[in-house]
Amino acid sequence: MNKLLTAALALGLLSAFTLPAQATPEEDLEKFQSFFHKRFPNTPKDDFINGVYSIDAASREQWESMEEFPPYELSIDKGKELFNTPFKNGKTYASCFENNGIGIAHRYPFFDTNAGEVITLELAINRCREANGEKPLKYKTGDIADISAYMHFTSRGETINIVIPDDPRALAAYERGKKNYFAKRGQMNVSCADCHIHNAGNMIRADLLGPGLGQTTHWPVYRSKWGGMGTLQRRYTGCNKQVRAKPYKAQSPEYRALEYFHSYMSNGLKSNGPGSRK
Amino acid sequence: MRHTAQSMSRKVMIIAALSGIAAFANLSPALAEEMAATVIEKGKAVAFDRKKGNCLACHAMDDGALPGNIAPPIVSMKLRYPDKAKLREQIWDASIRNPNTIMPPFGRHQLLSEEEIDNITEYVYTL
Ligand code: HEC
Ligand code: HEC
Repeated sequence: MNKLLTAALALGLLSAFTLPAQATPEEDLEKFQSFFHKRFPNTPKDDFINGVYSIDAASREQWESMEEFPPYELSIDKGKELFNTPFKNGKTYASCFENNGIGIAHRYPFFDTNAGEVITLELAINRCREANGEKPLKYKTGDIADISAYMHFTSRGETINIVIPDDPRALAAYERGKKNYFAKRGQMNVSCADCHIHNAGNMIRADLLGPGLGQTTHWPVYRSKWGGMGTLQRRYTGCNKQVRAKPYKAQSPEYRALEYFHSYMSNGLKSNGPGSRK
Repeated sequence: MRHTAQSMSRKVMIIAALSGIAAFANLSPALAEEMAATVIEKGKAVAFDRKKGNCLACHAMDDGALPGNIAPPIVSMKLRYPDKAKLREQIWDASIRNPNTIMPPFGRHQLLSEEEIDNITEYVYTL
């Protein structure tokens, strides 16, 4: 029965899921979220922030015991120190952000209507450094992940509400990210949606594929496989490589657009970064 | 035991398949059997290899351990595919039959060589 069901799902029952090009972001959001609510009726709606553990009781137990001594704690401490250490010019990161950078991380990425581009938190951190005469940090791991971890920690529990302002450029960035999420890419010709929508809850070899909803709420992440912290775009790189697709550069317009769309799809959920994953 | 019996019956099968091909027509039965066995073994090796077919990522197949369940189990292939060419086509480019498929187009995207696809087809046809 189970096998039959799986086969039926694989054969197109679910692969019919699309977000039509002409739909508005609001329509996409509603369709995206209700898909996962129907697909995983036993997962409370606010629990998708826990990724694959929201749909898998067995691995959740292990994860919860890991979270008792969170492996990202050190990163938060280090990030706090970095955040409060003055630049050579005497200013700190706080000077670059609203509310001195406290409790605002969950508002990223946002569309900057003056600059006409998507600004992620990591990009804002590096722009802050540059504005203060410091060299930019590397994007996928290291100090930037620690600073981001600290800033996200101060946003825990805040409700995510990514905004698409009434600006054709913002909508274009959203559409670009949406297209990327659904585009088959790489030598294996597989899209994000193939794994995280159509096959969410299925096993790819020994790995359970987690739902696309809630994938962006808990970054940066301490990942056992990495043996350390990584940003969301580090994960994008890994998922692209898995299907032998050439990853985009971290913080490239493509990945920023992807993060914009992807984060918007989790609107209404609570921010819970940093996180840990296996 | 079961495994040996299975691979024996596979050999018999593939001999039947290969005997249709002119190049094999004059082979002694023993030699034909050996060649068929080699083709099947090669096909299985490529199918199971994580860096090649990696079919087990998605399909339950033969005695492969810890298969994924994204895709239907590979069984009764002769019943499913009376025409072996259709089976090869499915492996070469699954998107011909289902444009939305997650199954990689092994031939079209040159993930595998034509010979590897031939071998996998022969192997899969025994399942
Ligand atoms: C071949 C399958 C596959 C494809 C294609 C794929 N992923 Fe993944 N992804 C996985 C697996 C397996 C995991 C680990 C289990 C999980 O958390 O879902 C994962 C994890 C993730 C995570 C971490 C989730 C968490 O809770 O921390 C994110 C974010 C992610 N993927 C985004 C993407 C994006 C964006 C794309 C497309 C650019 C993509 N993935 C393409 C298989 C895939
Ligand atoms: C990433 C997932 C994935 C991988 C890897 C994969 N397949 Fe598939 N395969 C599928 C799916 C899903 C289907 C169901 C039909 C469809 O969507 O095209 C399928 C269907 C098939 C079918 C048709 C089954 C039937 O009963 O009609 C055959 C045969 C097949 N695959 C063989 C293979 C072989 C051989 C390999 C390895 C060389 C392989 N597949 C690798 C996902 C995969």
